Amino acid sequence: MEISVSGAKIYYKIPIFGGIPITETLVNTWIVMAIIVGLCIWLTRGLKVHATSKKQIVAEFLVETANNFVCGNMGEKFKGYVPFIASLFVLSMVSNLISLTGMYSPTADLSTELAWALLVFVLITYTKIKTNGPLGYLKGYTQPIAVLTPFNIISEIATPISMAFRHFGNIVSGSVITTLVYAALAALSHALLGWLPQAINNIPLFQVGLPAFLSVYFDLFSGCLQAFIFTMLTMMYISSAAE
Amino acid sequence: MEKAIVLAASAIGAGLAMIAGIGPGIGEGYAVGKACEAIGRQPECKGEVTQTMLLGCAVAETTGIYGFIVALILLFVNPFIGKL
Repeated sequence: MEISVSGAKIYYKIPIFGGIPITETLVNTWIVMAIIVGLCIWLTRGLKVHATSKKQIVAEFLVETANNFVCGNMGEKFKGYVPFIASLFVLSMVSNLISLTGMYSPTADLSTELAWALLVFVLITYTKIKTNGPLGYLKGYTQPIAVLTPFNIISEIATPISMAFRHFGNIVSGSVITTLVYAALAALSHALLGWLPQAINNIPLFQVGLPAFLSVYFDLFSGCLQAFIFTMLTMMYISSAAE
Repeated sequence: MEKAIVLAASAIGAGLAMIAGIGPGIGEGYAVGKACEAIGRQPECKGEVTQTMLLGCAVAETTGIYGFIVALILLFVNPFIGKL
């Protein structure tokens, strides 16, 4: 029996600059973005000063939650980061949850997370330079003593890499384990029913209900948790960079 | 023959790399146990303790994730086959 764990498929190659591939990740990220934008447009239709519709109450609750979440963890002076952090959270969560529909999750591709982590890295560096000035930023590498400079540089580079790998590893480990369990259940069904006549020996006896529990854990729980952790770490790193 | 040896060694290496899962398992279990203790002592700060615990668990998980990624690379995008 063949068990295959594959990465994103390449749909098409744009024939410039040596071929820019249009992958499944890219297409699904656009689908995720369309879902989010559609949801935002639907929620913010016909807003009134005093909320009269349920829709507006939900929208206000979401914005309020995002504001409290960011201000509670980073402090009042980082209020400008609320849109960035909320959109990072929603993008990550919807990307993880889209695998519930059987589509390829964009977060199962390292490129997606690496892009987000690089964005966060740029923000961290920007905040550091803004707080300490360019010279103070460079001086920060020689703390506490000059001998430790290489290690400081390594730990600086390790921040985005470990953030990206953490999110990627959690999502991919979920999909790999689900595939393996699914294949094992198929083998079990086959071993149990394989001796029956051709017409009924392909009944998916065990594959029907059991993988759903795994899916609830890996897609729903782990998906939301990883989105939360990614944004939480972003906030931690940015607010500690301002010290 | 050479290819078979490389493939077998890669499979064994992937298995060995996943031993890295032990460390985060023990560490996270310890962290969760302590968090349960803290919640038992002060049930009113359950939310904050849980949040901090989840964050700590995620950071502690990093080494395990690195091991998993090494195993994944050895199994699916084996870099040694091309060197034969």
